[in-house]
Amino acid sequence: MKKIAFLLLLFSAFTACQEDEEDPFVGISEPREEYPGGRATVFDLSENAFGHAAPNLTDGRDLEFVTGNSFFRRNWVTSPSSTSDLDGLGPYFNARSCGACHFKDGRGAPPLNSGEKTLALLFRMSRPSEIAWEELPDDHYGGQFNPKSIFGLTEEGNVRVTYNEKSFSYPDGETYRLRYPTYNFEDLGYGNLPADIMISPRIAPHLVGLGLLEAISEEDILLAADEFDKNNDGISGKANYAFNHILNKNTLGRFGWKANQPTVRQQVAAAFVGDIGITSSLFPNEECAPNQQGCKDAYNEGEPELSTKILDRVTLYSAALAVPKRRNFDQPDVISGQVLFRQVGCNSCHMPKYVTGEIGEIPEFANETIYPYTDLLLHDMGTELADNRPDGLANGNEWRTPPLWGIGLIQTVNNHTFLLHDGRARGIEEAILWHGGEASQVIVSFKKLPKEERTHLVNFVKSL
Amino acid sequence: MKLNTLFILSIFSIALLFACSDDEEVSSFDSTQSEVVETYAQIVYLNYEDALTDAKSIQTAVDALISSPSAATLKEAKDQWLNAQESYGQTEVFRFYGGPIDDEDGPEGQLNAWPLDESLIDYVVGSSNGGDNNDATNIINSPSDFPTINKETIADLNEVGAETNISTGYHAVEFLLWGQDLRTDMPGERPYTDYATDGSGTNENQARRGEYLKAATDLIVDDLEGLVAEWKDGGAYRTSFESSPSSSLENILNGMGKLSKGELAGERIFVAWDLRSKEDEHSCFSDNTHRDIVTNALGIQNVFLGTYLKIDGSTYTGKSIYDLLLIDNRDLAEQLKTTMEESVAAGEAIVPPFDQEILNEQGRLRVQVTFTSLRKQGDELAEAAAKFGFSFDPDDI
Repeated sequence: MKKIAFLLLLFSAFTACQEDEEDPFVGISEPREEYPGGRATVFDLSENAFGHAAPNLTDGRDLEFVTGNSFFRRNWVTSPSSTSDLDGLGPYFNARSCGACHFKDGRGAPPLNSGEKTLALLFRMSRPSEIAWEELPDDHYGGQFNPKSIFGLTEEGNVRVTYNEKSFSYPDGETYRLRYPTYNFEDLGYGNLPADIMISPRIAPHLVGLGLLEAISEEDILLAADEFDKNNDGISGKANYAFNHILNKNTLGRFGWKANQPTVRQQVAAAFVGDIGITSSLFPNEECAPNQQGCKDAYNEGEPELSTKILDRVTLYSAALAVPKRRNFDQPDVISGQVLFRQVGCNSCHMPKYVTGEIGEIPEFANETIYPYTDLLLHDMGTELADNRPDGLANGNEWRTPPLWGIGLIQTVNNHTFLLHDGRARGIEEAILWHGGEASQVIVSFKKLPKEERTHLVNFVKSL
Repeated sequence: MKLNTLFILSIFSIALLFACSDDEEVSSFDSTQSEVVETYAQIVYLNYEDALTDAKSIQTAVDALISSPSAATLKEAKDQWLNAQESYGQTEVFRFYGGPIDDEDGPEGQLNAWPLDESLIDYVVGSSNGGDNNDATNIINSPSDFPTINKETIADLNEVGAETNISTGYHAVEFLLWGQDLRTDMPGERPYTDYATDGSGTNENQARRGEYLKAATDLIVDDLEGLVAEWKDGGAYRTSFESSPSSSLENILNGMGKLSKGELAGERIFVAWDLRSKEDEHSCFSDNTHRDIVTNALGIQNVFLGTYLKIDGSTYTGKSIYDLLLIDNRDLAEQLKTTMEESVAAGEAIVPPFDQEILNEQGRLRVQVTFTSLRKQGDELAEAAAKFGFSFDPDDI
């Protein structure tokens, strides 16, 4: 008997040194949610989890991704320079590279203390206009606050972020705290902001799966739209329409916190000009405020600073970033959480599943079953989350449902768990609790769940 | 009978167990591993020491240029700068794992960062003192904003982190010696009179330009001295590095693989090749990019073979990663050795200037062969790491 035990021990020692190989494509043929990006899913769950090209790129796009990655990460320099592909920074800017805010293609954080400067948190600004659609820029600061400038120009200033915490409790008596942000604009280089200025804070989101979202057919997105809530479920779902600078007309918005960009390409070009001060064929002019003469006089080569080829590469890069596979997707608590997510109604807006169409930047992403957990539509999120600033058709209460894929890996990649448009939520549970407006009933149901089930639901979201 | 079967089975199992953790092999692997790590540390030390010696030669030449500017002193400073790239280029394989060169307060961003904010440093075509119609300003030509130019002031301007102006390091010195790279058929053409303070000078603020050049050069020497101190026998980093050979081996392989594929093949070669863009070359002012490629590849090969040719002509040799791979993975060891030879040879076949090579058909082929080999090399290094039980992505830099 002893010998048998010894043998068993030996055999288990032997098995332990066999390689534990996982077939990555098991289950793809029978759609399983473990692979939220379908064939565009990656299996690296390390701090580089958000930085991989979709494994199914072909036609040299896998190599072009390398070039895109390079320009995503490199710092732009003041113009003119000998590295003229990489010059044209500013005159005003938020950051010198894409990767400064989307570090490791991940999500930015708000300042961690009130002395720290804002980097990945930017502020759109505009003044009330009589004309629908028009976002009237501020005379001195333009349409976006840029804390940095090239040498020789006065910087626009800094934003000090402070929080007030308030305490609340669940029906079962457990308490929770939420922090309310206040933004103070300081060290202003061009005078005080006008009293009627409308300001919208926006944090840099993690980027995975953009090309897959772009591949969803417009029809499928509009199927869920119910702007006037004709089905009386309390959930509207409104499409934003944004000016498409390639097609020269308004088309469905999909990207950005307010769904104000129709394509990955335009989102990328808009971020280049708005955040780094790099002009392109899509946005050929620096965004100087009407009264910023120094901005208008700054060195300018008279042609787009971003060559079309580099815009192509960075667009490809941004679109092709693959979605990491889910963790713990088959654990009982996660499955229980998934059931509760549906029962309380989270998935009325965080739509789990789409089959992509045949549109968008990446042909390999066509006809793919994906699990992004977004409807890409605008919803009223209530007064507490409101920025009170219209953006296209989005009113000051409305935000686009953000996709949830990758959300549980932000901690691994970016070493924080700040969520929502301005990073006020310190984790998934707080982010859920901030939901108001159309989501109010859903949140009431969530709060009524026993603690264990609330944890399951949060664990499910974390597994995405 | 039953006992017998059990007996045979247990012998069989013991044999199997030993096959997967042979005591003798393990100890031979462990001791070789320690020696490999020690060899590496010694190569790092010798290589940084050479880089320091070469940087001091730039310092001497720069001092001579500043005190008596002439075509000859400028040429000597340029020659010394080019010479210094030969040793420094080989050290870049010591990056990419958060060692002394690029840990949180490591000097990499101050020593060799690129691209350079040249128009922040000095005049360029289109800015105030270079002519044309622009009044962009820069440090050298703004005495009221920057009354003092010394190591501290320029290091402060080269801020830390991702949000940085690049105003120091080898490429800053390169820019101050060569000037802007404006012509396709030759490097920058800064006149030596940019440093003449006797009234015959060109482009204003010649003394301040000299102060900047001296400060930037002195900073390189300081940074390299810091690295030598960490890696010398008994140095703080070296001591801890050698005391944990397994994680150090992992770091060594990370540096080799990531320099091969992500940095050299990707950032430095493929991007310029893909965009056919002369503006993306690494040492653009001096047109020395072709040597950057070769010295980087050599540095990787040095580490792999455990050998380093010092600038005094002597060779240091010790136990290598190649030796370590030979123990259990002979085929991969030989394959990597061959790939590295091919990478170095392909790099050497690139015809300078690199910015022209990426435009003509034959040159593009030569460049393609180089990055293809280096990409393969990165993948094979990741494979070797996997054999030792580590995993890393050679693309992730």
